[in-house]
Amino acid sequence: MSTGTLSPGRAKIDKPTLRTDRYWVSPLITFLVFTAFIAYATFRAFQNDHYYASPYISPFYSPCISDNCVPMPGAGEVHFIGSWWGWSPALLVLVVPLGFRMTCYYYRKAYYRSFWQSPPACAVAEPHRSYTGETRFPLIFQNSHRYFFVLATIFNVILTWDAILGFRNPAGQWGHMGVGTLVLLINAALLWLYTASCHSCRHIMGGRLKHFSKHPIRYRAWGFVSKLNGKHMQLAWVSLFGVALADLYVLLLSLNAFTDPRFF
Amino acid sequence: MDTYEYDVVVIGAGGAGLRAAIEARMQGKRVAIICKSLFGKAHTVMAEGGAAAAMGNVNPNDNWMVHFRDTMRGGKFLNNYRMAELHAKEAPDRVWELEQWGALFDRTKDGKISQRNFGGHEYPRLAHVGDRTGLELIRTLQQAVVGLQQQDAREHGEAEGRIKVFAEHTITRLLKEGDRIAGAFGYRREDGGFVLFKAPAVVLATGGVGKSYKVTSNSWEYTGDGHALALLAGATLINMECIQFHPTGMVWPPSVKGILVTESVRGDGGVLRNSEGKRFMFDYVPDVFRPQYAETEEEADRWYTDPDNNRRPPELLPRDEVARSINSEVKAGRGTPHGGVYLDIASRRSKEFILKRLPSMYHQFKELADVDITAEPMEIGPTCHYIMGGVEVDADTQASIVPGLFAAGEVAGGMHGSNRLGGNSLSDLLVFGRRAGLHAAQYVDELGGNRPAVAQADVAAAEAEVVAPLEQSAGENPYTLHAELQQTMNDLVGIIRREHEVQAAIEKLAELAPRREKLAASGGRVFNPGWHLSLDMRNMLLVSECVAKAALERKESRGGHTREDYPQMSAEWRKVNLVCSVGPDGHAQVKKQPLPQMRPDLLDLFERSELKKYMTEEELAEPAAPSDGPRAAADADTQKGTGADAS
Amino acid sequence: MTYKAKFKVWRGDDKDGGLHDFTVEVNDGEVVLDVVHRLQATQAPDLAVRWNCKAGKCGSCSAEINGMPRLMCMTRMSVFTEDETVTITPLRTFPVIRDLVTDVSFNYEKARQVPVFEPPADLKPGDYRMSQVDVERSQEFRKCIECYLCQNVCHVVRDHEENKKSFSGPRFLMRIAELSMHPLDTRDRRKEAQEEHGLGFCNITKCCTEVCPEHIKITDNALIPMKERVADRKYDPLVWLGSKIARRK
Repeated sequence: MSTGTLSPGRAKIDKPTLRTDRYWVSPLITFLVFTAFIAYATFRAFQNDHYYASPYISPFYSPCISDNCVPMPGAGEVHFIGSWWGWSPALLVLVVPLGFRMTCYYYRKAYYRSFWQSPPACAVAEPHRSYTGETRFPLIFQNSHRYFFVLATIFNVILTWDAILGFRNPAGQWGHMGVGTLVLLINAALLWLYTASCHSCRHIMGGRLKHFSKHPIRYRAWGFVSKLNGKHMQLAWVSLFGVALADLYVLLLSLNAFTDPRFF
Repeated sequence: MDTYEYDVVVIGAGGAGLRAAIEARMQGKRVAIICKSLFGKAHTVMAEGGAAAAMGNVNPNDNWMVHFRDTMRGGKFLNNYRMAELHAKEAPDRVWELEQWGALFDRTKDGKISQRNFGGHEYPRLAHVGDRTGLELIRTLQQAVVGLQQQDAREHGEAEGRIKVFAEHTITRLLKEGDRIAGAFGYRREDGGFVLFKAPAVVLATGGVGKSYKVTSNSWEYTGDGHALALLAGATLINMECIQFHPTGMVWPPSVKGILVTESVRGDGGVLRNSEGKRFMFDYVPDVFRPQYAETEEEADRWYTDPDNNRRPPELLPRDEVARSINSEVKAGRGTPHGGVYLDIASRRSKEFILKRLPSMYHQFKELADVDITAEPMEIGPTCHYIMGGVEVDADTQASIVPGLFAAGEVAGGMHGSNRLGGNSLSDLLVFGRRAGLHAAQYVDELGGNRPAVAQADVAAAEAEVVAPLEQSAGENPYTLHAELQQTMNDLVGIIRREHEVQAAIEKLAELAPRREKLAASGGRVFNPGWHLSLDMRNMLLVSECVAKAALERKESRGGHTREDYPQMSAEWRKVNLVCSVGPDGHAQVKKQPLPQMRPDLLDLFERSELKKYMTEEELAEPAAPSDGPRAAADADTQKGTGADAS
Repeated sequence: MTYKAKFKVWRGDDKDGGLHDFTVEVNDGEVVLDVVHRLQATQAPDLAVRWNCKAGKCGSCSAEINGMPRLMCMTRMSVFTEDETVTITPLRTFPVIRDLVTDVSFNYEKARQVPVFEPPADLKPGDYRMSQVDVERSQEFRKCIECYLCQNVCHVVRDHEENKKSFSGPRFLMRIAELSMHPLDTRDRRKEAQEEHGLGFCNITKCCTEVCPEHIKITDNALIPMKERVADRKYDPLVWLGSKIARRK
């Protein structure tokens, strides 16, 4: 191979990297955690069961847009696509959070590095013969991130509503709260933070402006989002755990592994 | 050997060189820019505080006359008055035109260029970008050159056809035909190949000489190349004894000793304290400055927020005063563990303020010394920073006495007198860089077809000189010689000078000179730093001789020249420029020459009582010119000045 | 505090070369560049290295230290243990000239391809008015000292020589962002950012930001906002439609 750091004219050094630190640890952890999440999410999405434990609905299955969901009184029963859909209803809605995270600027960095090794770490040669980045199909569709941002915001509203529905008891009466309510509320809050810290959001709020001074309100919004944006990576991770744990909580309740501790 | 033909060759790609090149190119000349290191790395990037220009954006009382007065006072009236005048008048235009090329200065509330306070400037005057103004200036000029190249590419199909940067090239000799400049000879660092530029006009913009000193804020390039090239071409240098030691250089760790701590730290509220915690600058305000500086800490502290009704803190005295005061404190045993004093801003300003106003200082101390300047004081001490002296030039045209040879920026002398005010350097570069480029272009026009030719014998001699160190087999290591020179200059011709020490330095230099001729550089011609240093040693030694001999000659203390044996300023010596040239023996020689006399309308800008502190009775006895008042006379002159130069 | 440190320094030229072992004295408070200078002064006078300011302001002494792109003047010896061997090589993305010096002309060519600032035609010098909040974004990018560590670390060209034609690198994509955010620049730079300077090659893996000695947030503040601006212009039918309608009004 005579490309990259081995190209003629460059300093003759055979090793793909001379780094002495454990640069591979971080991409490896990312790889393992993401793989675990994907495995769990795939299993749960296809399981098509144990996603409702009144009054809680798993974030993987909300909103339910086909007729084949279990009855979930009050919770996102908007069966507008009708009855033709035969597979798990989760597959219909997971496209949105999946698309949002797949096109997210942080996740892109994470999976390009840990899954695609392009590059594995800084100043470590990547194993690919050629590279075109996001210039052509399919990766050019990463530019659709802003649309997923809008859809994800709508989903956040729905999941927030789901959390509010948690202020009912299993019989559907309002004015109650359990640990599950808290779990769903935290999940919704983390999703809002993750979504609000998104780079597309930052752009829409004010990043695209040339003159902040002419748009003081948008400038403040941009400033606020910019602050959150600095934590985008952390929020991407905790909100991912949040979703998985919220789903796991509903799964365990539904399996009667324990009963939801009620506050009132 | 590669041979090129140009109209104007600019040696040096710092602020002055780039501004000169841009001007010459805009006058329609074909221009080469020679740059010792990579394009955009010039020492100008180190300038932190800002560019002084009396725009009056922050305090509307400011105008060119106030700036002129400050400059003359700072230079202790040894300045070439005409240069100080042109500088004060033209600086605002030069700063404003940078915005056309994309510079982004910090702004005032109403959207103008913000200006900050600085030592010796009566009003906030320094256009700045945080504390990286020099970088902004160099990048802006670099991008202006790129803009011209893009224009040439569009119009002539060749980007480098009319203005080309020769990066990592060093000029070792200027070539003449008769009296007149005919070209320049040098080598490419990259492969050691020789280059010959045939050009009737050369602009020197090579900066200073700091690398002759051990503790210096200057980078490796500052080896006095332009000074030496001018001398060897028959030009003269003035005021070489006047060297500015910046009061605040880092003193620890040893590897960064000398690196600059910007004066803005003091302008933004930092104070100097000795090891006893005393704010000692109040004890060192000299009589000439007493009326403008606060006498109590309370008054000094009020000045930052209410400068109209309070006098300035003494930390903002001109640099020479502050440097000497620090030197005295350390000598008196009140220094810090590493031999400096404390510069404290941490206890006086909030963390947010410091991070916003002094980001690169924070960065520099954090990463180089592991000191958090928002939490603890800095340790600082004087460092060799700037040479006021330089090539003797005509104030209006920047032409040296050698036809076709121009100089601008630090390498030119006169503008700053015996001491430069902070911020006057960046504006100096712009004002006189432009003038040098303009007049070099005009000189080329006047020559018409009558261009001097390069003599082959001169080229051969220059080649022989350059290859000599490579051909010596058993000579001395250039690094050793360099270290000895630096130690000599630092110890014997440093911030405080004594006759016997300077005399000893001159003897030592005489001993080093023949050793220089026998330097040996091992290795080949491809990017060989040992070889390059061997060649630079010629320049450093020659210029150091000028410095030492002039320092011995001037028997007074003034600005950047302090003689322990003659501690007072002398009105008689104020009338004298010391002119250095190369004598028949190839060594530096110094002669006295009268300083140009200030025009009466400019003298009228000062109170007689102030002038008395600097001038002799007979100078003051001369009747002032009758006029409608200083302002009218000066304004008329501005009209004339800019009218003649506009083109 | 002084000790003898072990160094491996790459020496050679564009044809051949390799790591050479040195043992050299190191004193308290020194940086890697000090040690390289000591090598020059005592053991290898012709060791080629670029440096200027020695204070992290000029961006000349870029190299790779233990495999990571860094400024030699800003790498303190105290970050290494005394028995650690420190390896110094030239930048591995550009052709080497000799020892630690590389040919960085790639960057100067790319710099020349970015159209310079285009102010409004009728605006005179001295009449420029800009708000501090409007200049701050571009000011961050103008902190760049052009050390080219970002250009060097970027895998788009580091690992794929052939991309040098069509990719300008983080430094110059940031320059485009700087001009795009300049409150008085009149040129629409979005299309050329993508089509001529190869913004699409960037996969935002952030190594440019990691190595930036000026701590400029190249990816978050320049490249991603520029990608979003390009999306406005090229990939977002709704924004495109909106701007068409707005213009018609």
